Amino acid sequence: MTDRITLQVERYRPEQETEPTWQSYEVPLREDWSVLDGLNYVKDHLDGTLSYRWSCRMGICGSCGMTVDGDPTLTCAELLTDHSPGPVQVGPLRNFPVIRDLVVDIDDFMHKLVRVKPWIVREDDDQPVSEGEYLQTPAQMDEYQQYSMCINCMICYAACPVYGLDEQFVGPAAIALAQRYNLDSRDQGARDRLDVLIHPDGVWGCTFVGECTRACPKDVDPAGAIQRYKLTAATESLRSFLLPRGAR
Amino acid sequence: MTASHDIVVVGGGGAGLRAAIAVAETNPQLDVAVVSKVYPMRSHTVSAEGGAAGVIAPDDSLDEHAYDTVSGGDWLCDQDAVEAFVVEAQRELLQLEHWGCPWSRQPDGRIAVRAFGGMKKMRTWFAADKTGFHMLHTLFQTSLKYGSVTRYDEWFVTRLLVGDGRVQGVVALDLRSGRIEAVTAKAVILCTGGCGRVFPFTTNANIKNGDGMALALRAGAPLKDMEFVQYHPTGLPFTGILMTEAARAEGGWLVNKDGYRYLQDYDLGTPEPKPVLRSMELGPRDRVSQAFVHEVEKGRTVDTPYGPVVHLDLRHLGADLIDAKLPFVRELCLKYENIDPVHEMIPVRPVVHYAMGGVHTDTNGATSLDGLYAAGEVACVSINGANRLGSNSLPELLVFGARAGRAAAEYASAAPEPDRVVPTQADDERRRLEHELFERPDGGEALADLRQEMHATMEQAAGIYRNADDLGKAASTLAEIRERLGSAVVEDHSRTFNTERTAVLELSFMLDVAESIVACALRREESRGAHQRTDFPARDDERFLAHSLVHREADETSRVEYLPVTITRWPPGERVYGR
Repeated sequence: MTDRITLQVERYRPEQETEPTWQSYEVPLREDWSVLDGLNYVKDHLDGTLSYRWSCRMGICGSCGMTVDGDPTLTCAELLTDHSPGPVQVGPLRNFPVIRDLVVDIDDFMHKLVRVKPWIVREDDDQPVSEGEYLQTPAQMDEYQQYSMCINCMICYAACPVYGLDEQFVGPAAIALAQRYNLDSRDQGARDRLDVLIHPDGVWGCTFVGECTRACPKDVDPAGAIQRYKLTAATESLRSFLLPRGAR
Repeated sequence: MTASHDIVVVGGGGAGLRAAIAVAETNPQLDVAVVSKVYPMRSHTVSAEGGAAGVIAPDDSLDEHAYDTVSGGDWLCDQDAVEAFVVEAQRELLQLEHWGCPWSRQPDGRIAVRAFGGMKKMRTWFAADKTGFHMLHTLFQTSLKYGSVTRYDEWFVTRLLVGDGRVQGVVALDLRSGRIEAVTAKAVILCTGGCGRVFPFTTNANIKNGDGMALALRAGAPLKDMEFVQYHPTGLPFTGILMTEAARAEGGWLVNKDGYRYLQDYDLGTPEPKPVLRSMELGPRDRVSQAFVHEVEKGRTVDTPYGPVVHLDLRHLGADLIDAKLPFVRELCLKYENIDPVHEMIPVRPVVHYAMGGVHTDTNGATSLDGLYAAGEVACVSINGANRLGSNSLPELLVFGARAGRAAAEYASAAPEPDRVVPTQADDERRRLEHELFERPDGGEALADLRQEMHATMEQAAGIYRNADDLGKAASTLAEIRERLGSAVVEDHSRTFNTERTAVLELSFMLDVAESIVACALRREESRGAHQRTDFPARDDERFLAHSLVHREADETSRVEYLPVTITRWPPGERVYGR
C-alpha cells in the first residue's frame, strides 16, 4: 500500500463563490513526486475542475509558481516528501489578483516589463549584422549574466513585502531585467531606463528586505540589482539636478 | 467581438516571435497579432539546452554543415532548403547576438562554439546549457519594442477560418473569460511547435500537443513526414527531463550496466578518452537511441522502477567544467533526480523529443493553402529529413520564422480584406464548441484514461522500432479512442480559466496527429533514420526516397501520398559515423 499525503488546496471559482475556500485531496506520496505531480494526480483522477498553470516541469518556463506551506515556490521542483507527513497547503501566489483557483493575474508585471525597456538600445547606429558580432569578453558577460537568468516566474513579487503593500512598485524582476540591459556592454540605453527606475516607485521603493533574492529559484539576486542601481540612481539624480538635459 | 489584424501568428515561442518581428521590420504598417495559449516566455523553446548550429569557425564551411545535415537526415532533407538554411543560420544567430542574446564567448570576446552530435565541425553556438531559454527571452523582450505587434496571451486557437480558398483568420478561446472570439487576418502563420505529448515519455512540455498540425490538417493543408519522430538518447527516467547532448559533446560517456561504452558495438566508432566528432557518443540521435534498444535486448541495461536505463557518465569532466558548460544539467540532476553528476552517473533512457514532420511548407514557410504559413517545429520544410541533428532546430526556427514572416507580410500587403463567409464560420465554430464542451452527457469516461490509452498505443506501436501488425492495430485503436472522446466526461462547467475544456480540445488535436503518424508509418515500408520497421529493415530509395504527405478526408480517415525529395548536390549515400 502506497503512502499517501493530503493536499489542502485553496479554491476560488468566481462564477460560484465570492471568497476562497479550502479543499482537501489525498494523493499518493512517492519519493520522486513534486507538488505539481500531486496536483496533476488530483486533476486526472479526483477533480477535473481544479485550475492551475504548468508546462515544462523542469523549472525553466516559470508557469507553476504557487504558495506551498506559506512560501512562494515553483511547484514542479518542490518535492512532496519535503512536506511529509503533511497536510501540504497549496495556494495561489500572494500579492496578485486571483483569476481562478491557483491561477493569478500577472498583467501588472507584463506592463511594468515594457516600461523598463528590456531590449538592447543603441544610440550609435547598430553595427550591420554582416560585420559580425559585438565582442564581449567573459568578464563583460559576468557583469549582467546573473540578471539575465530571470524566468519571470513572479515568485519574487509574491515574496516582496513592498509590492504586497504598494502595487505601484516596479518590483524585483523588472528592475533586475533593467539592470540586465544597463550592465550589458552592447547596450547604450541606461538613460532611457533612468526615469522609471529613479521614480519613487522605482528602486527607491525597495526597503532592502531581501526576500526576493531568498525566494528566487534561479539565483538572480534582484535585491543586489536594486541596491547596485540605487548608487547609480543617486549619481544620476545629482547630475540631472546640476546639468540641463542636453549636457547629461 | 471580432478583432481584426493584417497577420495573425499562432504561437509565441521562438518561431512565432521571430516571425512577428520579421513582419514588423518588413512592413511597419502591417498590424500583427501573436495569439498564444501561454504567455510567450512560457513557450517550449525555453527548454532547449545545448545550442544552435551556424558556421562561424574559420575551419568550417557551409557545405560541411549542409552535408552533415543531409547525411544526418538519411537523405530525406530537401537540399535546396538545407542550402538556404546553412547560409541564413549564421546571419540569424548574429542578429540574435545584436538583440542581446548572451552567447557564451571565447576569452577574446568572440562567439564560442561547441561540438554536437552528427556534426563534423564545432559549429554549435551556446548560452551555457540554457540556449533556448536565452533565445526565447531575448526574442520576447526584443518583440516588446515593436508597436505594431499586439499580443493575445492565453488565447487558445481552436480553428482556422477559411473562405474563398484562403485562410482569413482564427477562432480562439480566451482562457480568462471563456469567451470564443474570431480574430480575422489576411494571413496566418502557425508557430505552435511540436507534438511530443502524443507519447507518454517525452521531453516535451505539457503544452506540446500538435495544435498547429491539427489546425492545418483540419483546414485542408497536408502534413509531411509525420512518421519521423525523434527519440533523444538521454532523458531522465520518470520525468523525461532532457540531459542535453552537450553533456556528451563536452566529453560525457554512455555506458551500460558493465560500465562498457556500448556504442562501439553499433558501427559508431571506437572509444577514445576525448570526444571525436561524428563518432561514438557524438553519433546521430536515431542511431544512438536504436543502440539502446539492442542493449536492452542483450540484457546489458540497468533495471529501474521506470524501466531499463543506461548511464551518462560525466564524472571525469570535473566540477569546474560541469559548472561552466553544463550548469543546468547539474541543477536538474540535483533537483529532479537527487544525484550530483560530479560524483555520480546519471540514469538515462531514450525519450520522445522532436517531430521531424509537420505542416508541409515550401522554403518560405508557405503551406498549400493560400494565406497560411508555418515555421518552427510545427512545420516541415524539410531540412531535418528522417532525423534532425541536434542544434539544428534553434537556427531553423529563426531562419524559417523570419522567412515565413517576410513572405506573409508580402502576401498580406496585397491580399484582400477578409470576406463575408468569415463571420458565419466563426458562429459555426462557437456553436460547435458550445455543443462539444458544454452539452455533454454525464457519466462518460475520464479524459485522463483516454489520454493514457493513446499514450500506450503510440509507445507500443510507433516507438523506436515498428511493424505493420502493431501499426495496423494502433490505427483502429486510435479511431476508437476518438469515438469515445466525444462522450468523455467534462466535470468543469464554468467559463473562467477552464483548463479541462482546453484539455479536451488538446486531446482531440493529439489524436489527429497520432493518427497521421501511424498512417504514414504504416505506409512507409522501409527503414530510414528515425523510422525503423522490423519487417522492412533496409532503406529503399527506389520506393521511398520521397516525402509522405498525409491529408485528412471528410470521413476523418487519413490519405497518404508521396512527393519527391529535392536533391541538388549530395546524391543518396551511406551514412558513415566513426570510421
